Amino acid sequence: MGRTEILIGGVGGQGVVLSGILLGTAASLYDGKQAVQTQSYSSELRGGSARAEVIISEQRVTDPEVRKADILILMAEDAVGRYLPKIKPGGLLVIDSDLVKGVKPGEYEILSVPATSIADKEMNNIVVANLIILGALLKKTGLLSIASMEKAIEVSVPQKAKALNLKAFQRGLELT
Amino acid sequence: MDEKRVCTGRYFMMGNVACAEGAMAAGCEFAAGYPITPATEVANHLAEKLPQVGGAFFQMEDEISSIAAVIGASWAGKKAMTVTSGPGISLMLENIGFAIGVETPCVIVNVQRGAPSTGMPTIGIQGDMVQAKHGSHGDYEIIALCPSSPQEMFEHTVIAFNYAEKYRTPVFLLSDAFVGHMREEVVIPEADKIKTIYRKIPELGTDPLKLKGFLDENVAPMPIFGKGFKAHVTSSCHDEYGKRNLIDISALDKFVRKLSDKILKHKEEITLVERDYEGAEVVLVSYGGVSRAAAEAVLQARKKGIAAGTLRLITVWPFPGEEIEKMARKAKHVIVLENNLGQIYPYIKAEAAHFSEVSFLPPKLVGEIQDPEDILKKIEEISK
Repeated sequence: MGRTEILIGGVGGQGVVLSGILLGTAASLYDGKQAVQTQSYSSELRGGSARAEVIISEQRVTDPEVRKADILILMAEDAVGRYLPKIKPGGLLVIDSDLVKGVKPGEYEILSVPATSIADKEMNNIVVANLIILGALLKKTGLLSIASMEKAIEVSVPQKAKALNLKAFQRGLELT
Repeated sequence: MDEKRVCTGRYFMMGNVACAEGAMAAGCEFAAGYPITPATEVANHLAEKLPQVGGAFFQMEDEISSIAAVIGASWAGKKAMTVTSGPGISLMLENIGFAIGVETPCVIVNVQRGAPSTGMPTIGIQGDMVQAKHGSHGDYEIIALCPSSPQEMFEHTVIAFNYAEKYRTPVFLLSDAFVGHMREEVVIPEADKIKTIYRKIPELGTDPLKLKGFLDENVAPMPIFGKGFKAHVTSSCHDEYGKRNLIDISALDKFVRKLSDKILKHKEEITLVERDYEGAEVVLVSYGGVSRAAAEAVLQARKKGIAAGTLRLITVWPFPGEEIEKMARKAKHVIVLENNLGQIYPYIKAEAAHFSEVSFLPPKLVGEIQDPEDILKKIEEISK
């Protein structure tokens, strides 16, 4: 595997940037790979637009921008128009199917994950929908090892939220 | 350097946090600032860490007082810094001129964001490049470093402190939202591997009338407050003793020249570049995050058999004209890449155009660094 470009689009409060940090941390610190993660968001604390980019590579990442996403994760309807044109032909489109409805079939494979409703019903907390998506993504692609991601969760989320985040990630692994 | 200050290890770290860690490792004792996206993480991290080593972080009422507090701390003998973004630098400019005029070592971190005005907070552009050099009034030289990764946010901050102390001057770290908010592997070495410099101060007990504490091309010792030096510090025209002179033109001439010459005389040892243009006919000149796209484009060009290379400016100020000339004498074509509409381009062109064809390739979208594919197309086009 050479270079994998991942783009995550959603709204503030969904853990878009955290998802990027987790992928980058797992790859860089625990999976023996190189990773660059970047981010941008509008100023609102919640509800504004948020974007995270991660590039995972066997070699040092020279160009740090996502140009065409091998993996595009959309967590809000608002992100569809903004980021769908950035997916690479033949790429993988991951959607939170509870929140993203307006995606038509195209030159990409769709991985549809009802992450928000699972998080709501089974964990009573929709904020971990992003971890369910990461679980489903890793199961589907084998992009990173599960142990690496679990370690990344351990070191990246606050103590009191660890168990819930790990549970959500593991639930995601069961989905595909 | 104190081991408590150096967070030795391997991390997946944000550029802004790496900058704060660099400041800690360099011996920063005081920081002041006013929060602004995309620079706030530097301030947050310093606010947490400085008190742990007996230092202090002050959140001030605005950027004007922030730089003023930094200048005061530096004159009290502390290694000091501030951090902000373009809108904050605009407010600081008057006092930055003061710091230059009275030769105050300090580090000013500008995590540049979409501009003009309040612009777009989390999008990085290289929009304040010339402001760093010419923002305040009058003739002066400045030192500015342009990191391209979180690792360099750490390393360049250490260099910035060392330059500030060595040359008794404000030093800019010109980062941007893209690099400041970027996370990547950062390796922080052991404390004894990090070189730190502290300013010269006069010998204690020096007769105040004989204390030459200003305007020396070889950097005068700094008569910091609290040691009994009894120096006179004025932003108005002064002589090497710090004595005000508002009438003799020869005094003004000396004031202007010595301040600039202090930097220019040491330009060779200040200048940092990365040269990878041996035998290249087309050379890409860039700095900061853009240089990574340039490096990728050259990699691809070489695979196609094109003699391409790069020159990366790590210090953009003082402007490394000699380096540009040296490169341009060997190249046929020079392509300048910046994440703006061409701020350093005229300076590069002025040095290079006598020897080679010089052109500018702007980003397709200002705020998104040039796509290596587009750069490659441009290289192929001109090397036909």
